[in-house]
Amino acid sequence: MGRYVVRRLLQMVPVVIGTTFVIFAMVWALPGDPFAGKCGDRPCPAPYIAVMTDKFNLDEPIFVQYALYMGNLLQGDFGETFGGVQVMDELQLRYPATLKLALVAIATEILIGITAGILAGLRRGGFADALVLVSTLLVISIPVFVIGYLLQLLLGVKLELFPVTVSAGAPLNELVLPALVLASTSLAYVARLMRANLAENLHADFVRTATAKGLSRGRVVGVHTVRNSLIPVVTFIGADFGALLGGAIVIEGIFNINGVGGLIYGSIRTREGAMVTGAVTVLVIVFLLVNLLVDLLYAVLDPRIRYD
Amino acid sequence: MTDVGYLGAAAEPAPPGRREDEPPSAGPGGAHRRRGKPRSLSRDAWRDLRGNPIFVVSAMVIFILVLMAAFPGWFTAKSPTFCDLNLSRGGPSSEAWFGYDVQGCDVYARTIYGARASILVGVFTTLSVVLIGGLVGMIAGFYGGWVDSTLSRITEIFFGIPLLLGGIVVLLSFPSGADASEWQTIGKVVLTLGVLGWTSLARIMRSTVIQVKHADYVMAARGLGGSAIRILRQHVLPNAVAPVIVYATIVLGVFIVIEATLSYLGIGLQPPVISWGVAINQATEFARQSPHMLLFPGIFLSVTVLAFIMLGDAVRDALDPKLR
Amino acid sequence: MTLYPTPMPAQAVGYVPLLEVDNLQVEFRTRDGVAKAVNGVSFSVDEGETLAVLGESGSGKSVTALAIMGILDSPPGFVAGGVVRFRGEDLLALPEEERRAYRGRSISMIFQDALSALNPVFPVGWQIAEMFRVHEGMPKSEARKRAVELMERVRIPAARERAGDYPHQFSGGMRQRIMIAMAIALDPDVLIADEPTTALDVTVQAQIMNLLGDLQHERKMGLILITHDLGVVADVADKISVMYAGRIMEQAPVSDIYARPAHPYTKGLLESIPRVDLKGRDLSAIKGLPPNLMRIPAGCEFNPRCPYAQAVCLDQRPPLLEVVSGRSSACHFAREVLDGSV
Repeated sequence: MGRYVVRRLLQMVPVVIGTTFVIFAMVWALPGDPFAGKCGDRPCPAPYIAVMTDKFNLDEPIFVQYALYMGNLLQGDFGETFGGVQVMDELQLRYPATLKLALVAIATEILIGITAGILAGLRRGGFADALVLVSTLLVISIPVFVIGYLLQLLLGVKLELFPVTVSAGAPLNELVLPALVLASTSLAYVARLMRANLAENLHADFVRTATAKGLSRGRVVGVHTVRNSLIPVVTFIGADFGALLGGAIVIEGIFNINGVGGLIYGSIRTREGAMVTGAVTVLVIVFLLVNLLVDLLYAVLDPRIRYD
Repeated sequence: MTDVGYLGAAAEPAPPGRREDEPPSAGPGGAHRRRGKPRSLSRDAWRDLRGNPIFVVSAMVIFILVLMAAFPGWFTAKSPTFCDLNLSRGGPSSEAWFGYDVQGCDVYARTIYGARASILVGVFTTLSVVLIGGLVGMIAGFYGGWVDSTLSRITEIFFGIPLLLGGIVVLLSFPSGADASEWQTIGKVVLTLGVLGWTSLARIMRSTVIQVKHADYVMAARGLGGSAIRILRQHVLPNAVAPVIVYATIVLGVFIVIEATLSYLGIGLQPPVISWGVAINQATEFARQSPHMLLFPGIFLSVTVLAFIMLGDAVRDALDPKLR
Repeated sequence: MTLYPTPMPAQAVGYVPLLEVDNLQVEFRTRDGVAKAVNGVSFSVDEGETLAVLGESGSGKSVTALAIMGILDSPPGFVAGGVVRFRGEDLLALPEEERRAYRGRSISMIFQDALSALNPVFPVGWQIAEMFRVHEGMPKSEARKRAVELMERVRIPAARERAGDYPHQFSGGMRQRIMIAMAIALDPDVLIADEPTTALDVTVQAQIMNLLGDLQHERKMGLILITHDLGVVADVADKISVMYAGRIMEQAPVSDIYARPAHPYTKGLLESIPRVDLKGRDLSAIKGLPPNLMRIPAGCEFNPRCPYAQAVCLDQRPPLLEVVSGRSSACHFAREVLDGSV
């Protein structure tokens, strides 16, 4: 297991380098004006261009640019906007809200999604199954921003069950509705995946053996079947986390949450390219880290992987 | 100890004149087909699909949407660009079934005309993803070795950039001027999403190719001196078609939603291009007061995605040999 | 030649067989029709006795075992009739909770493919110890100790170190031993072995069969051995039931069947075994294929393939009747087959 962990860590390094390089290249190094779209709707002011060219070494060959950029990144310097705001400062201010939102969303996704999937998978063709199938289909089809507005309207404005927008400081209880909306699509996928896996595993040989051992149905399903069915679901949750981060941008915009997503949402509107790029780079690195964690968790769940 | 013999191993078919039994079922309750036309997976799949109500309904919905995209004039006589500010945010009425948006344009007309951009983006993005991902996956899976390692690393790198995040960054860095044509804008979005979104398909293709590569008949073909291209075309591709089709139908819906999200955020397609995402973007400011401006494009968007997902489900059930 | 002498059946008054199956019927109901997988099967097993249930794929032998254990996949499988008596108690009539008490404790089962039959994500020691933890409420450490003892009993080398390993880290033969250890953990009275050696090499087969024989003798278990392999049967079984198309065609002590079969199907099977002294001649085989279980032929199920079929065979289904003492056969011409005049 230790060897597997080290191997995965080492594999991460070139991927992080490659991914940040691709983003950097797409923003600063492709043909065209690298400062297009970074200063609102106007062309960038000359002093800004000078500062950024110097900071990102845009006159140097691309790989030198990138190497120096990485150096800056590791020191926490993500550049600055044309308004003179340090990207890093904003990020540090904003990340707690997004962190809370994301954690609640993932917790919701896991708890509700897996439970719904188990219930549906156990009684194939039953009421719970049909309910889960139909509701997940609807949730997947309706884009997250539409769901966001609808629920904000229904539950926030009309029924006044939840606060319409989230106050500064993002207290947890106010994050419930936004987190639920954010998790909705992923939750639906998790439920469907869990349902399919469980239903399939219930016919597996090892489940038959467990039953033949005289174990109770509850134990056969809860201990033996669920554990095996979770494995692909865990992988999915990791891969889907990227979509969750993207969705956070939309949700934080709708519910006025002061997180990194809201930062990106606002910066898109004001065309502050440096801020967007910096924030997205951070999110991408977080995504890669989460994937690493998921891979390690996968190895814990499935011992066959460890001994490759 | 006597030699072991498997029971009934060397059985011959029953001679004519005796009661001829049909071949045994694979297990209890296996169905029987008439002898005659050779069965193929696609023929069986098509027959199953035809009888599946979900497939029929979703295919019809998609057909209607395609018509809407190609011939919007059939669905509405109104113009989507004729806007009267006096009618701004008017509710649904007999004059305008879906009401008016912020600028006084007919929401129904804009929704109908908006189908084109959304569907075009969905279709072309899916095609590019299938092409890029398919090619990468096929080469990686077929040649293996360092080619596979390199391509897999590259796939991992692009996989590390979530689609929406990457799309935002790229589209922001390549803004369209106000004079950009509809096709230019659509093309930009398609290109961006295509370049960022091919990784899942590459993985699917790669694992299919690896599976097929080890099949006996492929080994035989290689042994007989078949060229790589020939083997890929004749043996690998037919097997890869099924999972790719299933994935493509489902991901088409996803791309339509992503385009709508990008447009909603204000990048991606922009006015004067009409799309559902653009319509929703323009509706958000007054969403609480006049929800109809958001609702109708939102409904059309959701129905479209729903149709593609159900289509993908139906196709997957039909093509899945395990369910036969 | 059996390693241990055949016990004499106790026919005293009040004699109750350890496990008795009486006219068991199992159907599979699918949307394409109903398949009668088990169509009136009866046999019994006593302590220390080995019954071999012999048959081709699709003969219904595995389904019979699953029905006895009560772990049939239902739907689509349903027990449509018959009784399964364990020490006189009808298991089929019991509610599930009571039925479950017998599984693993009184009647155990091992399966063909140990790799897929063992849970891949739990260590083997844990899976064996589960029997003690769940059924007897044993604390973890003691259960683990007992599990290691069992692993040693089934001759797995370095048992204590390997108890924490996972199924995929063992060879096929070792995995089968682990399954056997799990099955005998609570000292069941009956062990059902469904094709335990089919997936194994010949040498390993012999080891496993020896192990089963040892364990059976040691614990006085009744052993039901399900197989299609005539060679395996000859060494281990006391009596054989030959199944075809969901019914028993012939039942007899093992030595009698090999010497003089009383059913054309058994005869065909024995003749199809390749023999060294007949080298150079064509292999003899039973013509035709087993029937579709949804459309079993009228009359005798075997009649389409039987070289001796007569008019009565196409009409009337021969019941399983005693031919001579201790032997029964389901054939209208059983006596003639027995005498060799057919």
